[in-house]
Amino acid sequence: MEFIIKYLWLMPTAPLLAAGIGALLHRRQRLLGAGLAIGAILFSFGLACVAFSTTLRGGRATSNFRWFEFGTTSVQLGWVLDPLGAIMAVMVTFVSLLVFVYSVGYMAKDENFTRFFCFLALFAAAMLGLIIANSLLLFFICWELVGLASYLLIGFWFQKPSAAAAAKKAFIVTRIGDLGFLLGILYLYGRAGTLLFYDGGHGCLERNANTGVMMGTTLIALLIFCGAVGKSGQIPLHVWLPDAMEGPTPVSALIHAATMVAAGVFLIARVYPLMTPESLQVVTWVGALTAVFAAAIAVAQNDIKRILAYSTVSQLGYMMMGLGTGGVSVGMFHLTTHACFKALLFMGAGSVIHGCHEEQDIRKMGGLSRRMPVTFMTYAIGMMALCGVPLFFSGFWSKDAILDAAHHWRFSQTPFYLGLVGAFLTAFYMTRQVVLVFFGRSTNQEAEHPRESPPVMTLPLVILAAGAMLLGFFGTPVWPWFQSYLAEDNAVFDFSKLTEGGQLGIMLLSTGLVAVAMMLSGWIYFKKAASADREKDPLETAQPALFALLQHKFYVDEIYEATVVRLTVAFAMFSDWLDRKFWGGLVRAVSWLTVALARLSQTVDETVVNGSFDAGTETVRDSGKWVSLLQNGQTQRYLGAIGLAFCGLLIFLLWGSQ
Amino acid sequence: MTTPLANYLILAALLFVIGLAGALTRRNAVLVLIGLELMFNAANLNFIAFWRFNPHPEKLTGLMFVLFSIAIGAAEAAVGLALIIAVYRHRRSALMDQFNSLKG
Repeated sequence: MEFIIKYLWLMPTAPLLAAGIGALLHRRQRLLGAGLAIGAILFSFGLACVAFSTTLRGGRATSNFRWFEFGTTSVQLGWVLDPLGAIMAVMVTFVSLLVFVYSVGYMAKDENFTRFFCFLALFAAAMLGLIIANSLLLFFICWELVGLASYLLIGFWFQKPSAAAAAKKAFIVTRIGDLGFLLGILYLYGRAGTLLFYDGGHGCLERNANTGVMMGTTLIALLIFCGAVGKSGQIPLHVWLPDAMEGPTPVSALIHAATMVAAGVFLIARVYPLMTPESLQVVTWVGALTAVFAAAIAVAQNDIKRILAYSTVSQLGYMMMGLGTGGVSVGMFHLTTHACFKALLFMGAGSVIHGCHEEQDIRKMGGLSRRMPVTFMTYAIGMMALCGVPLFFSGFWSKDAILDAAHHWRFSQTPFYLGLVGAFLTAFYMTRQVVLVFFGRSTNQEAEHPRESPPVMTLPLVILAAGAMLLGFFGTPVWPWFQSYLAEDNAVFDFSKLTEGGQLGIMLLSTGLVAVAMMLSGWIYFKKAASADREKDPLETAQPALFALLQHKFYVDEIYEATVVRLTVAFAMFSDWLDRKFWGGLVRAVSWLTVALARLSQTVDETVVNGSFDAGTETVRDSGKWVSLLQNGQTQRYLGAIGLAFCGLLIFLLWGSQ
Repeated sequence: MTTPLANYLILAALLFVIGLAGALTRRNAVLVLIGLELMFNAANLNFIAFWRFNPHPEKLTGLMFVLFSIAIGAAEAAVGLALIIAVYRHRRSALMDQFNSLKG
């Protein structure tokens, strides 16, 4: 561990170098650009695995250094290796590696292939920096860098106006949360005097725990949570995440499903000691509401990626709920499993879109199960993991852990029931999607002849599908290895845990709900998928008002448009008016006054000063002219003058002597 | 009976004034030079007169002065005439009012 901590900084530096070199490459050096990025992330993955293996016995290593000093205070940065960061690093590098490989196939025809890999590597570097950061400041720097990478990648096809607008929206909306985060950082620095997480007992997280006195207040925790709300797409800042699907699908898989949006959850997990019980209540409620809210919207969406985007928002809500009710391990477990199966789903969706010639509307797809068998199989595994089909799928175990934690929450049972509703809706919309995409008949001529994607795209799908199934077994109640790993004790194999505290009951309940939802949805949509008219959703015929409400995402965008955006625009226009008329007028008046003063000064200068000077010099010159007449070169005159002077002197002397 | 000192002085003064008037009024440089010589000799006459009438005429101071003065006067006249001739050769004229190159 001591050895690896020395070289931990290489983990983000390798992709950063790849991004830097990639930025200099020519557009045609495609192979080199992709090779560099993949090589760098492979190196980081290896390093992450080694680092992970050293943390298996628990413990924590840090390496801090001084960044700069001003006065007597010094700002320190550093990196940390602990189970939380290690598991996250392995997850991120693993998913990144697969997405990078997948992108080689997906972006094969894009002319800006090299730029794409440059951005991806930049993102990986920033994300890994965020994971190993041992200082909230470094964390924030990397946090903003992943935001930048996200902005660049959403707007990768910036020639599409919708993509450019989505990139801008993502950047601005997350900025709102980040403002709160920044304020929280400043407040925390004012309170704790350090932003290091762990510093041999002096870090801001340790001191809290050691002294038992809450240095952090609920306000600090809530301000930091603001950042997480923005980044992880929680209510009310979730609006950017569905729009972010304008980016290339690998980006959606990597950044807007598996890693970056989970950074908000990771942030809360990282600063967990700072979270007061009150703030955790807020986290829980926001998470629970988001989980149901987004899941309900997903039911009525038709874009394959938008459904997955709302599903991501909903699952992030679950993670928040897990953090709020159960602690770090519950939230992080769902984060890990979700990263795996959501990346799988997105990449599967990308494969479908690729096969259907860029068609994204699920109503126009259909019958893909025969044409794209590998994609279908893996997608089905991802879907079942997301729905929480019992036993063999990771989503079941992690979601169940959250529901169990919510059930034992001492403040309220409502989040638990919201979670159950969310689980029901999740199973419903995922079944709807899978049935419409993979069964029945296609109505689109273009999508009529889909073909399976190349192996470079399907291989990552298979690997992720395996992960989506196996990961769950590391966190079952019977053998809670994941939880013990984060809590740094040994996992015990114990079947009796399964029945303790009503856990089995909750499992059965959620299983029943999922089964009902899947059957209901299957019953509705199998008929629909086979019929010729796929345009109108059966739910729409049954409940047009409710469906419209869901399809328009509860009109949140419209409400923001009517309130926040309009207010901002109005205020901007007012400011503009103030600037132009008032301040501009003031400036103009001042400038006019200055010009007038200058004119006056000029007049005085030209007439009084110049005039008097001219008069003086002219007088001197004229008198000189007169005097010079005396010196006419006539020596006789001179002599005469001497004579006259002599006579004058004589008279004067004679006069004086008397 | 000897003439008194005053008569000599009056004569010298007359000579000086005549010389001065000549030097100031004549246009010809040669006549100006003659005027100058008159004034010069008026001064010499004064020297001789004061020497003759002072209490110690045996010391010959005045006489010596005049001897030197006459020698210098001769040299001066020679230089003056030479100058006039040189100027005349250069300008083809000896009229004083044409010589005004001394002005600045």
